[in-house]
Amino acid sequence: MEEILDLLKQNARLSTQDIAAMTKRTTEEVAAIIAKLEADGVILKYTAIVNPAKEVDVKEKVCAEIQLQVTPEREHGFDALADKIYRFPQVRSLYLMSGGYDLKVMIEGESLQEVALFVSQKLSTLEGVRSTKTNFVLKTYKENDIVYVEDERDNREGVTA
Amino acid sequence: MNTRKDRFSEKMLQTQPSPIRKFFDLCIGHDDIISLGVGEPDFSTPWTIREEAFYHLEKGHTSYTSNWGLLELREEIAKYLTKYNLDYNPTNEILVTVGASEGVDAVLRTILNPGDELIICEPCYVSYQPLTTLCDAKVIHFDTSKTGFYPTAEELEKVITPKTKAIMLCSPSNPTGRMCPADELEKIAELVKKHQIWCISDEIYCELVYDDNEHVSIGSFPGMKDYTIVLNGFSKAFAMTGWRIGFLAAPKELVSELHKLHQYNVICAPIFSQYGAIEGLRNGWAEVEKMRVSYRQRRNLMYKAFNDMGLPVVEPQGAFYMFPDIRSTGLSSDDFATQLIEKYKVAVVPGSAFGEAGEGFIRCCYATDINKIKTAMENIAEFVKSCRK
Repeated sequence: MEEILDLLKQNARLSTQDIAAMTKRTTEEVAAIIAKLEADGVILKYTAIVNPAKEVDVKEKVCAEIQLQVTPEREHGFDALADKIYRFPQVRSLYLMSGGYDLKVMIEGESLQEVALFVSQKLSTLEGVRSTKTNFVLKTYKENDIVYVEDERDNREGVTA
Repeated sequence: MNTRKDRFSEKMLQTQPSPIRKFFDLCIGHDDIISLGVGEPDFSTPWTIREEAFYHLEKGHTSYTSNWGLLELREEIAKYLTKYNLDYNPTNEILVTVGASEGVDAVLRTILNPGDELIICEPCYVSYQPLTTLCDAKVIHFDTSKTGFYPTAEELEKVITPKTKAIMLCSPSNPTGRMCPADELEKIAELVKKHQIWCISDEIYCELVYDDNEHVSIGSFPGMKDYTIVLNGFSKAFAMTGWRIGFLAAPKELVSELHKLHQYNVICAPIFSQYGAIEGLRNGWAEVEKMRVSYRQRRNLMYKAFNDMGLPVVEPQGAFYMFPDIRSTGLSSDDFATQLIEKYKVAVVPGSAFGEAGEGFIRCCYATDINKIKTAMENIAEFVKSCRK
């Protein structure tokens, strides 16, 4: 099961037949395992990873990391506030952090203004938020194991080995 | 130009270039050809190893090292070898070589006298035979194709003569990926001791072993250290082919002789490669495992494809090669490979490149992108179908 997940994490478009061949299972077994992983919510979704630098005909987006210092609630800790934050469609990722601040919010917007407005009007005004610090992303080198800045090429020259 | 008839050595003139080369030459300038002919990983060297080499280059560590290799590396190698129950002294029983390839040559030149016989288990890697011939020794071609591509003690004993100096083993094998079972190795070990011959054990693929198979070194059987020369290296497991770094482990009397040749020939292995190898042995294992799993998955994919197209193939247990039987097509392995590349744009190596025992087979390397493997398999299937019509 773990092997099938690993294969899908690397390439979600692998066919059930290929996964079956690669893991020495029958196609039916693999289909059943994947169906179960989906039903159990282990596999949440299949998506494409797009390199924004190479995306054509799309207006460039602005990405920022917002560091929030917050006051946890007595009964719910950080979860209640986090719940309010991640529901905004502008929020791409949200993490509870140790260290100098509490919540790390990754925001995507059309422009600097849009992100700045979102932070000042929506995030900083939430009850419990004590401070915000906005850092804009200038370039993505690597995200979730995927390198954005170089092409993988097979450079092997045939030799005698 | 020097026109003297004898301007070249007779021996070198008679030496043939690697037969694998020919098929790569056919690929040159054809980007549409999918090559299953290469004999190396499709991964780059793990970053931690590359980064370690940069560090040492930056620090100006660019000198020769001890002829034996950095002691620090030999100590790591000694530690590593205990994994296979091999116990070697890093100060005088381990030598760092320029790839396992240099080791093959150095060992043969250290042990062979003119007229000596070397038993080579075929099909086998392309360098064994020419390097033996260059020593004026006689190659005894030992055919393993009828015993599952590994030697059996029973068959081996039949070809042992008083002139037999050594047996050359490679498990897991290039080009078949097959391994010699431990109980068979044990019997071969007895044979080696009984007849007082060397066993040269090429273990370069020992980290790339799949399923429940476990690598066993023939040197680990009782009393076998005195008769065994272990050849190994970093090229395959750590994807370090271009670094040219390997090692050998053998009794100190042998290494002390061999070391002279190594000294005059190469002085030492490149220093930054040695530092890279140290890093690999210390911190590279998680990456080795990732690569191993990926090779296994691709082996399974290719194995099923050959079964589906009806080409018999013994399942490889290690390395990254598959050796299907193409005799049902009625073509020689050379014709098969030539026509396949010309008509169907797939490069493989004809089995005959690995000795006569490989005739009727082709070597396909599965250290290649999954989609390329799939396309190549479709093309081979079509070609096979057209041959059988």
